[in-house]
Amino acid sequence: MKHLLSTKDLSRDEAVGILDTAAHMAETQAREIKKLPALRGRTVVNLFYEDSTRTRNSFETAEKRLSADVINFSAKGSSVSKGESLKDTVETIGAMGIDAIVVRHSASGAAHRIAHSDWTDATVINAGDGTHQHPTQALLDAYTLRRHLMGPDPLGQDLAGVGVAIVGDVLHSRVARSNVDLLTTLGAHVTLVAPPTLLPIGVETWQCGVSYDFDRTLAEGGLDAVMMLRVQAERMSAAGGGYFPSANEYSREYGLDSARLSRLPAGVLVMHPGPMNRGLEITSVVADSAQSVIVEQVANGVAIRMAVLYLTLTGGQGGAL
Amino acid sequence: MTSAYLIRGASLPDGTVADVRLANGVIRDIKAVPAHDAGRPGAAQRVSDAGRPGSEPAGTVAGATVIDGSGCVLLPGLVDLHTHLREPGGEEAETVWSGTRAAAAGGYTAVHAMANTFPVQDTAGVVEQVLRLGQEAGYVDVHPVGAVSVGLEGERLAELVAMARSGARVRVFSDDGHCVADPVLMRRALEYVKAFDGVVAQHAQEPRLTEGALMHEGAVSAELGLTGWPAVAEESIIARDVLLAEHVGSRLHVCHVSTAGSVELVRWAKSRGVHVTAEVTPHHLALTDESARGYDPVFKVNPPLRGAADVEAVRQALQDGVIDCVATDHAPHPAETKECEWAAASFGMTGLETALPVVNELMVETGRMTWADVARVMSEAPARVGQLTDQGRPVAVGEVANLTLFDPAARRVWDPASGYSKSTNSPFKGKELHGRTRYTWLRGRATVQEGKVVERV
Amino acid sequence: MSVPGGNTVLTAADIARALTRIAHEILERNHGPEGLCVLGIPTRGVNLGHRLAALLAQIEPGLDTHQISGQLDVTMYRDDLHRPSAGTRPLAATKLPAGGIDGKTVVLVDDVLYSGRTIRAALDALADLGRPAAVRLAVLVDRGHRELPIRADHVGKNLPTSRSERVSVLLSETDGRDAVVISPEPAAPGGPERAEGGEPR
Repeated sequence: MKHLLSTKDLSRDEAVGILDTAAHMAETQAREIKKLPALRGRTVVNLFYEDSTRTRNSFETAEKRLSADVINFSAKGSSVSKGESLKDTVETIGAMGIDAIVVRHSASGAAHRIAHSDWTDATVINAGDGTHQHPTQALLDAYTLRRHLMGPDPLGQDLAGVGVAIVGDVLHSRVARSNVDLLTTLGAHVTLVAPPTLLPIGVETWQCGVSYDFDRTLAEGGLDAVMMLRVQAERMSAAGGGYFPSANEYSREYGLDSARLSRLPAGVLVMHPGPMNRGLEITSVVADSAQSVIVEQVANGVAIRMAVLYLTLTGGQGGAL
Repeated sequence: MTSAYLIRGASLPDGTVADVRLANGVIRDIKAVPAHDAGRPGAAQRVSDAGRPGSEPAGTVAGATVIDGSGCVLLPGLVDLHTHLREPGGEEAETVWSGTRAAAAGGYTAVHAMANTFPVQDTAGVVEQVLRLGQEAGYVDVHPVGAVSVGLEGERLAELVAMARSGARVRVFSDDGHCVADPVLMRRALEYVKAFDGVVAQHAQEPRLTEGALMHEGAVSAELGLTGWPAVAEESIIARDVLLAEHVGSRLHVCHVSTAGSVELVRWAKSRGVHVTAEVTPHHLALTDESARGYDPVFKVNPPLRGAADVEAVRQALQDGVIDCVATDHAPHPAETKECEWAAASFGMTGLETALPVVNELMVETGRMTWADVARVMSEAPARVGQLTDQGRPVAVGEVANLTLFDPAARRVWDPASGYSKSTNSPFKGKELHGRTRYTWLRGRATVQEGKVVERV
Repeated sequence: MSVPGGNTVLTAADIARALTRIAHEILERNHGPEGLCVLGIPTRGVNLGHRLAALLAQIEPGLDTHQISGQLDVTMYRDDLHRPSAGTRPLAATKLPAGGIDGKTVVLVDDVLYSGRTIRAALDALADLGRPAAVRLAVLVDRGHRELPIRADHVGKNLPTSRSERVSVLLSETDGRDAVVISPEPAAPGGPERAEGGEPR
């Protein structure tokens, strides 16, 4: 695996391989000495065009635990009009002799573009591109689901038969896209729940169910996890697209509160990729409930990112997983 | 360079194989020759001189340059209704000189230069400047398109009559790149141009429905996370405009029709007798939104590449005559505006040098159109829309010698860097082109000889 | 698993005898079972380690197999991770006996000792996990061609080989039968750096 750009590129076996590798990585992180020498002498650049302290910290932790040298390059605000082009930035970074670029960018396809250009030979790991993909987030979600739902020894297992509802602003969510692709590849059944305005035209071609009615989806059962997506309040203004009339109406129809949670079986997991808008898509009581695995998702993120770095940066590039 | 030519054994648009003599800027003589001596148009083989008994070697006969035209088709010089020459203001992408050389290389003898220059072609002064640059270059007739609104801002009418009465004699008006979205402004423009039998060429794009739009809205945009440019944003404007044109009794030209729904609207309007014409670009005939999957902005264009059903619909509409013209929307851009992420990249692709090979491959080789049809959609109809009198004429004795000799069997892998445009943003890069312009004549002067643009015309 | 063109150099009975002898040697060297900890190196070293631990428990009834055996994955400590020829190596689990390895006598177990690089990696991995009182090495086959100053404390069989030969250790747990087979091997890229043991990875 030379790059990780999209969960759509992963086969079932590749995805399970990443989860298994992450499980072994997680095991090492329970030790007193957490550092491993696997990427000693390798240099990884975190190229972040968007503010994302949590994702960058997670990658940086993973890189350092594997002994890679880390360069953080915050390029926020850079654009063709205002400063250096993406191409120039990547070529400049490439000239420093680096092995991998972890890139977060507001433009869909930015990671793909870097990986398939002649700007650099480095491995490219997509840390979120626009409204396209956020593959490591989906992998850590799948890892979290597998850990809780697939028995005491989930190594080698996929998510066959698991039911997941993904609720909220699917239209603008790279997390939703990555999860639909990955979770279905792993055998889970995904239902997207959103107002029709926040679902993309073409969603009917995705391998998942679609519902406009959160309560009905909850009532139908078959869910093992409910994943709430972040909803940006500015989307309701006319300038933001006018996707919904008010925050109140949104949370009434699509928010996860205690009343809705109480209608779910006790084992159903509550997930959120963060950062949360408490009170909009999820209430504090739900976010902090026993069923919430939101904090664990963050911890699992480090193990997943260690696995992805290990698999892309060792064994010669282009090798099989 | 001699001014007399004898083209031997070329196929005329109607299929006749003939020896054609050009002299003094006109077609002097056409003599039919037995068809079996020459390759059929569209056939893969070009008969060599040695294979033709009695043929004379290339050279001069009675002062005329002799060209073996066997296997080639002699078409009226192509007319493009939709070209961005970028000068003044965008000279790093294209100049009138470079763009008209690219046009000649593609078989064109006239182009309509779109108004979105800097300054905008919204005054008599600017359109006359562009006209003069075209005349100085001398490769094709350059007909400036006038802006509909001042500064293309869509707020108030530019001085259309001044442009019409200027030396450039502008007849086609367009805010291309922007839609004339205000229905009242569009109505006024349609009415106003009736005074001099002008035409408004509309870039149909409802602006509110396409805010931030980056590609065709559908399954591919949903997957790629690129903001969708819905077909309805094009179709709703076309629907409104054909009704407006009908209401005020004016002529409307629809630029770059890209959707099946647009085709149906144009078909419906024509059936009602509305004076509407429509064009399609080679890239909308050839490519679908699947091209966006690699996020290579060379495929980013406005209107966007559509779905496969749309592509089939515009092909069929061109075949049926619902779409009148092929227009290139040649939109050169400097490399840095394409060597970037999709969202940051400019819209547009070059097209002058690839249009005829693309039409040959998709419409002629497939049997959907004849060369007479090609002459109609790439020369006659666009000349008529633009009210040009000495372009788009039949290949007949006495006509002005605006001609192009095209070898449909020639094959080459397209490298835009080897072309004449200053820009290389061609979606056909690396693809095999079906056919090549061998000669182009502008009023009897060769602007292209054996595939090479003449350096001094 | 079949090994075409191979010569069986150890039979199932030979392997059983060798492991029994090694188990006795380990106890003798350790002056009893005190503080012993058997760590197998994946994949086949783990199975051999479990067998050795079971044999130790047979000899010393006070020993609990599960209390003394574990496994040590050395993959991330290898010195060839960045060599294209090596391919990406899958990780395996590391499982230490309860109580860890501090102050213990750790017996590392592997199937074949060859260049010594795996054992070098294992020593580094151990250092990150604790501080054993002593580390010893038990292997089923020592085929020679050491590239590092490493030797085994307990050897099932010394097997002179040429570098062009391949030594395959077959165990019933993974391969359906017990045997050690030697066969001619086409030179693999990366040659001596490749994993010890018989399996192409």
